[in-house]
Amino acid sequence: MVTVKDLAKMEDLLLKGNAACAGCPIGVALRTTLKALGRKTIMFVPACCTSVVQGIGPGAAISVPLFNTAFETAASVASGAAAAAEILGKDVTILAWAGDGGTYDIGLQAISGAAERGDNVLYICYNNQMYSNTGIQRSGATPLGAWTTTTWTGKTEHMKDMGMILIAHRVPYVAATSVGYPDDIYEKVKKAKEKKGFRYIDILAPCPPGWRFPSDMTIRLGRLAIETGFWLLYEYEDGELRFNGYTKLVAEGKREFKPVEEFLRLQDRFRHLFEPKRRDDILEEIQRWIKERFEWYLSLAKI
Amino acid sequence: MPEDVNKYLPLSKPKIGISGKTGSWRIFAPEINYEKCVKCHICVVVCPEASILLEDDRPKIDYDYCKGCGVCARECPVGAITMRRER
Ligand SMILES: Cc1ncc(C[n+]2csc(CCOP(=O)(O)OP(=O)(O)O)c2C)c(N)n1
Ligand code: SF4
Ligand code: SF4
Ligand code: SF4
Repeated sequence: MVTVKDLAKMEDLLLKGNAACAGCPIGVALRTTLKALGRKTIMFVPACCTSVVQGIGPGAAISVPLFNTAFETAASVASGAAAAAEILGKDVTILAWAGDGGTYDIGLQAISGAAERGDNVLYICYNNQMYSNTGIQRSGATPLGAWTTTTWTGKTEHMKDMGMILIAHRVPYVAATSVGYPDDIYEKVKKAKEKKGFRYIDILAPCPPGWRFPSDMTIRLGRLAIETGFWLLYEYEDGELRFNGYTKLVAEGKREFKPVEEFLRLQDRFRHLFEPKRRDDILEEIQRWIKERFEWYLSLAKI
Repeated sequence: MPEDVNKYLPLSKPKIGISGKTGSWRIFAPEINYEKCVKCHICVVVCPEASILLEDDRPKIDYDYCKGCGVCARECPVGAITMRRER
């Protein structure tokens, strides 16, 4: 396992003085990802906050070659690049890097196609559970009850399970991780880098302006999401599903998930569930969904 | 590729500070108390801005770019970082 001290020593390929908001989860997710991948990487980034963080020319905040794609085409452009790299015999990681809007919704058919063809692409979704770049709209990754500017009384549906959609494609590697655990992100990206074919990693990315919390809580919320079972740490590799970190401890019966309220209460996107009137119906449904989803994963997993 | 490729293609080059000295965004500034610091380097890893550097094993904040988010202070396990109001 990589240690914090190892990570601290590695070169940063995301440069300071970029356009991200204070406390932005992309900073942590992308810094760590690029530490695991190194300079021999080409990024394909659709319209999303990262395309703003990267900046406008002639300067760029990301120190690897990067190509901006149309919103729905990160996976298909990366597929073409992977084919070119193979023909030219180049040893390079083709990284598609997109938000959840570009992944769960508008980019889904391009991802499914690339996964089905087994294209040699590492696809990473930094998942802030809404379209943040355009001012916080609902996406397929937005959880039940969450406020966004298009669900201003709270979203009425649960989030989509993108990881399971990729697992159903039987690709070589699928993993879910969280900005709360940079070492877990590093290990998973490193492992994915060494594999061939289509690989998918979903990084939960708590976003201060979108989730409505103070900017110092980004990492803390990334951990609470795991400790409450709201998000799971897992990897699907060579046909087997396994848990990691806190999720693994719960699966082995060594820990329990904390009540999800501990996670929800710290974010004002859920404030209307607590005041002026407590919405036990929605809170109980979120808690029930967490339990049901975990049991579903448990039934498929090797512990 | 020819050396003067930049003349013909609109390519960007990596640059620190593409959004200027982002330290000017700050309202609260983190301050490290080196007597308390146990050199665990957690702050270096979690800073979203990559603006804490290592100098002889010690964390050092680059105030030119630190946006004052407070993540480092929140995550320091021994409370060695405090946020001080700057303006
Ligand atoms: C076809 C198309 N529709 C809409 C847009 C406008 N647009 C740009 S970025 C964005 C939101 C991206 O959301 P997400 O993928 O979740 O990334 P995030 O902004 O959260 O980082 C939208 C709707 C676009 N660029 N192209
Ligand atoms: S809106 Fe959220 S994801 Fe986008 S730059 Fe700001 S903090 Fe980062
Ligand atoms: S997190 Fe705190 S103790 Fe650890 S290196 Fe930073 S200041 Fe020192
Ligand atoms: S306040 Fe935020 S930007 Fe500044 S050093 Fe701490 S973590 Fe980095």
